[in-house]
Amino acid sequence: MAESTDLDDDPAVTSRRRFLREGGALMGGVVLANGLVGEALAATPDAGNAPPNIPEWMKTPGDPMGSQPYGTPSPFEKGVVKNISKKLPQYLSASGRTPLQDLDGIITPNGLFYERHHGGVPTIDPDQHRLMLHGLVDRPLIFTMDDIRRFPSESRIHFLECSGNPVYTKPYGKTASDLVGLLSCAEWTGVSLKLVLQEAGLRPEAKWLVAEGADAAALTRSIPIEKCLDDAMLAYSQNGERLRPQQGYPLRLLLPGFEGNMNVKWLRRLKAVAEPAYSREETSKYTDLMPDGTAREFTFYMEAKSIITRPSGGQKLGAPGFHEITGVAWSGHGKIKRVDVSVDGGKNWQMAHLQEPVLTRALTRFRLPWHWDGQPAVIQSRAIDETDYVQPTFSELLAVRGENSFYHNNAIQPWRIDAQGQVTNANA
Amino acid sequence: MRMREFAVTVLALVALGSVTDARAQSPYGIGRTATAAEIAGWNIDIGRNGENLPPGSGSVSHGREVFDQQCAACHGAKGEGGVGDRLVGGQGTIATAKPVKTVGSYWPYAPTLFDYIRRAMPQNAPQSLGNDDVYAVSAYILSLNGLLAADATLDAGTLSAIKMPNRGMFVGDPRPDVRNPACESGC
Repeated sequence: MAESTDLDDDPAVTSRRRFLREGGALMGGVVLANGLVGEALAATPDAGNAPPNIPEWMKTPGDPMGSQPYGTPSPFEKGVVKNISKKLPQYLSASGRTPLQDLDGIITPNGLFYERHHGGVPTIDPDQHRLMLHGLVDRPLIFTMDDIRRFPSESRIHFLECSGNPVYTKPYGKTASDLVGLLSCAEWTGVSLKLVLQEAGLRPEAKWLVAEGADAAALTRSIPIEKCLDDAMLAYSQNGERLRPQQGYPLRLLLPGFEGNMNVKWLRRLKAVAEPAYSREETSKYTDLMPDGTAREFTFYMEAKSIITRPSGGQKLGAPGFHEITGVAWSGHGKIKRVDVSVDGGKNWQMAHLQEPVLTRALTRFRLPWHWDGQPAVIQSRAIDETDYVQPTFSELLAVRGENSFYHNNAIQPWRIDAQGQVTNANA
Repeated sequence: MRMREFAVTVLALVALGSVTDARAQSPYGIGRTATAAEIAGWNIDIGRNGENLPPGSGSVSHGREVFDQQCAACHGAKGEGGVGDRLVGGQGTIATAKPVKTVGSYWPYAPTLFDYIRRAMPQNAPQSLGNDDVYAVSAYILSLNGLLAADATLDAGTLSAIKMPNRGMFVGDPRPDVRNPACESGC
């Protein structure tokens, strides 16, 4: 669909990234498939650091304290970066994906958190930043960042997901990141929006809050007041440190379970109103077009979803035998209740183990031990949340919404494993 | 004596409370009052029916000049799209297999065009166009879509009066709309 050059989803992967991954997988395959591991290692120069030899990094002191005032990952992890297409029409209104298949647990490192912005990333001096709260309130107020941090604080773990993650049309992505990488999860710290609204005296006729960012798009979305008085947060920290600029430094709105775009970054203004703004972002964009030409508006919730991140597209199983199947599941409607995994193309399903803690509107890690017999297989996961909603198949979703709905594709993602262990997108 | 001191203190606090009456209703007393001028400077929202549209006006012909200078590089000389979104055409395609979403074919409210151009366009210099230029370029885009005469001039009243073709096609969120029976074996 050539609807827009301002896409949330572009299935292209950087060629360098794919080259690195496939190159690495190929080398691993040679070593593992050989079976004569000792001989294989002895033939490589690095084998001198394996037993019985003393590793070279034990024979000399390492880097001194202070060589990295802000720590960065090992140089051997330099390939684990955001998945940013090199084929985007432009990079001011664009998105970059989390490399889900390279991560463990449920917390996304701040440097790998997915990005979506509509007018670039502003550099905002927190001392000069202001939050204005006005409209249907008794006392319109202006807050400095110091003011915001004086309110009672709270910390909660929640996922954020872009609603175009992925779109419904071909070409389909190759990796978990290509497909569902506009998804991340963090521990957020801030103040309950309800407290801030009480401070201004919210009037009963206020039914929506219009939130506006201080970026070059002055991005504007309308939030139903029920959400504002429930679990909405004004967040200033993420995973223990202040928000990154890409995540809205110094202040963002956090609406757990709602589509990413509504979680307005660089938040500068909240206006209490009786009806929504009907801004460009909630009419011409972020509305879900149906086959009959109607378009659903104000589609806020991200429905239950899951994806297997290992083994997943672009990876390779080295040899038959034990392989853990693992991935993440999440729901905008609450806690994940169950994740089922099929290893036979969807004929039979078994319950995966859920890693504690299972949190509301947060990623939940699931695992299933698996013995791969070396035969071709199709593996997939299906999430069920505490409302008993079941993640649909892609064909079930397409039958109702067609291919042009663009947003809120939460379909089951099957991966095909061939006899050589190569994993690809089974939908492709 | 201590009781008397306590009573005096309480009285003093009550008196203070009555002086700062408005703030007494704020549980934490954090933040300061926003003035009308401060709010007016930041409150750039335009309602879907044209609420808060500023004074001023702009003609289709002036809008073409502004568009050529400020918009055409990304959106194409006739709004056909490029690095930026396609703005023109597509009417009648929305319910087909190849929908073309543009201002003319998809946007439900004309005043939103003014709101969005003023706050976010041109992408390299948002909030740089004067209100007359925003009216003018809005007029030109609406004209290219056949929604405004080529010799027309747009202002708050005429912009609010335009009925967009796709306006009646937006519906609420019916989800959950897709059911997976969650078959467990022999599926």
